Amino acid sequence: MKEKVFINARIIDPSQNIDEVGSVIVDVNGKIKSIGKNTKKTDASSSAEVFDLKKNILIPGVVDMKAFVGEPGYEYKENFRTLSQAALAGGVTSIVTMPNTKPIIDNVSMVDFIIRRGRDKASVNLFPCGALTKQMEGKLMTEFGLLSSKGIVGFSDVKRTVQNTETMARIMDYASDIGVLIMQHVEDYDLSKNGCINEGEISNRLGLQGISSIAEKIIIERDLSLLSEFPCRYHINQISSKNSLEVIKKNKTNGKNFSVGVSINNLSLNENDIGDFKTFLKLSPPLRFEEDRFALVNGVKDGLIDVIVSDHIPEDEESKRLPFAQAATGAIGIETLLPLALEMYHNETLSLNKIIETLTINPSKILKINKGTLKVGSDADICIFDLNAPWVVKADKLKSKSKNTAIEDRKMQGRILMTFLNGELVFCQQ
Amino acid sequence: MAAIKNTSAIKNSQKHLLGIQNLSILEAKNILNEAKTFIKLNRSKSKKLDLLRGKTQINLFFEPSTRTQSSFDLAGKRLGADVMTMNMVNSAQKKGETLIDTAMTLNAMHPDLSVIRQQDSGAPNLLSQKVNCSVINAGDGQREHPTQALLDALTIINRKGKIEGLKIAICGDILHSRVARSNIYLMNMLGAEVNVIAPKTLMPKSIERLGVKSFTDMRKGLDSCDIVMMLRLQNERMQGSFLPSKREYYEYFGLTPEKLKYASKDALIMHPGPMNRGVEIDTKLADDINVSLVKEQVELGVAVRMACLKIYCK
Repeated sequence: MKEKVFINARIIDPSQNIDEVGSVIVDVNGKIKSIGKNTKKTDASSSAEVFDLKKNILIPGVVDMKAFVGEPGYEYKENFRTLSQAALAGGVTSIVTMPNTKPIIDNVSMVDFIIRRGRDKASVNLFPCGALTKQMEGKLMTEFGLLSSKGIVGFSDVKRTVQNTETMARIMDYASDIGVLIMQHVEDYDLSKNGCINEGEISNRLGLQGISSIAEKIIIERDLSLLSEFPCRYHINQISSKNSLEVIKKNKTNGKNFSVGVSINNLSLNENDIGDFKTFLKLSPPLRFEEDRFALVNGVKDGLIDVIVSDHIPEDEESKRLPFAQAATGAIGIETLLPLALEMYHNETLSLNKIIETLTINPSKILKINKGTLKVGSDADICIFDLNAPWVVKADKLKSKSKNTAIEDRKMQGRILMTFLNGELVFCQQ
Repeated sequence: MAAIKNTSAIKNSQKHLLGIQNLSILEAKNILNEAKTFIKLNRSKSKKLDLLRGKTQINLFFEPSTRTQSSFDLAGKRLGADVMTMNMVNSAQKKGETLIDTAMTLNAMHPDLSVIRQQDSGAPNLLSQKVNCSVINAGDGQREHPTQALLDALTIINRKGKIEGLKIAICGDILHSRVARSNIYLMNMLGAEVNVIAPKTLMPKSIERLGVKSFTDMRKGLDSCDIVMMLRLQNERMQGSFLPSKREYYEYFGLTPEKLKYASKDALIMHPGPMNRGVEIDTKLADDINVSLVKEQVELGVAVRMACLKIYCK
């Protein structure tokens, strides 16, 4: 591989507090050799390939902490190849994949399979999650130690929550000793039973069973109480409401150590977008009131929420072309994650630095992986985007195998131009 | 209702009757006006018209129903349509066919109207996007039951001469009731003041956003009401999780002659049926022809459905 030099780049790397116009040099091994305003084109070898970025933005490749890849078992919804293409087109170079496949990733041989399969078929960095409990039944914990040693970065039951408090206490107790990351979906099933959207005027009008935000809050309160007793690495996958944020604020102010994620959907959409039973907007946790959405954006701004995830859930048409209550939950989003997040910069609710921090270094720190940074010596996973380029989301143009986007026809501002993985150009906007 | 007389020129713009929420006030009045003309017909000796001759009407009932199903059946026949009623409770869907596939199958037989009752909210909306015929909602999940609200409105107009300015109480399981929702929209639209009365566990959160006042005390909620609509309380809701017992519900929310005294002197009682006597309504009260409109509701139901079929048949 030739050396590469990016000149005239507006470099934003929150891990080093950099936001300046300068150059980046990538060495022949695909590592960052030099970065910043003092880096000159002449520092690179004369044979280096030169990219003039014309003041476009260069950031570390995005780390998406929650995405579903269909393999194994749901290849008709998504596979490693299509997920990689979608990710790279969205500037995402590292993906944390969810274990709710068929079979579920809850044992060592499944981990071996997924890692080998990913290595052969995927063209992004994959960080697989394992199931928190066997068969995701919420009863018996999986082999945290053995699975971690095989390369599992975190443990989650994805769309399911451990309901039994004793089980959860034991999981956290055990995890605190061996230092694994617990990623909890927060939902009390008794309170959310049969629910499919936010509880309120819209659920009344549509005649759908609502889910109160208390269902989320009560599990957060329970787990954070347990966390005082069993201080493990604890992460809340996604929150959706102002109510939950208040609990989080109280606990973070008291110095409790845990991290929180939010889906880009909950930051950019609200329950009104469901309109006349649009099943593509049936999500878990559900879209809530505008005041919840706004509170979540402020939660990101204030650092109460650490990461923004795509919560990429590919679903085929058959799973969505059903009456709302029967339709599958989830939407694709890995390709539109960064552009949609930029909306919050353009409408002046978040700083560019904050957005990029939540998409790069913050997830890497939580996962303890060596990504999301452009420090000298780190892998040259790079995303380059035009902050202002306008475009319109069209499902049939998206690269995911499934086309269930929640933001069809949305007008976007900001587009990915190029994506590099280990210094290799892997995506270039046509 | 002076306004109703002037609506003959109104053409209902939508092809489907999915809910009261989708209707304009003129469209609603147009249906009611049309229905009035059928009341007399239904009471006469010769009840048959040929307005819908050659048209095919399919009734798809995915939920058990007696009165709505027979009412639509009769309405179609009286207008001369060929009516096919399909009881879908034990049907292809049990074999795994999706709602859309079932609809497409029937659509291939070129019906002009399909009347659907489904347990999932929004099912008629989904169906209406996929078929060529007009879809009439005969009750979907907890969302809407538009023809029930229209027949209730017609019954009230028939007795009280108008709806505008009346005070209407809707009492019972508001949370699970599509009848309550459709009536809230329609009665509000036609200018009534609506109170809803229910125990807290059966009252939807933020119901007041729909433009009603909510009460948990029947005496306050019934205060000077002209119409009292009682809702059916389903058996499975009565024990444990929503309510302590039938007995306690009747004590506080059952309509008795004593409680009715809080309403206006000439208040009338309505019930969409089927009734649970002694649970939500005192049995004598239910049969008292001076105050109970229950039978009239059923009678006018046919007229309202005839009007809907006529207007929406393409």
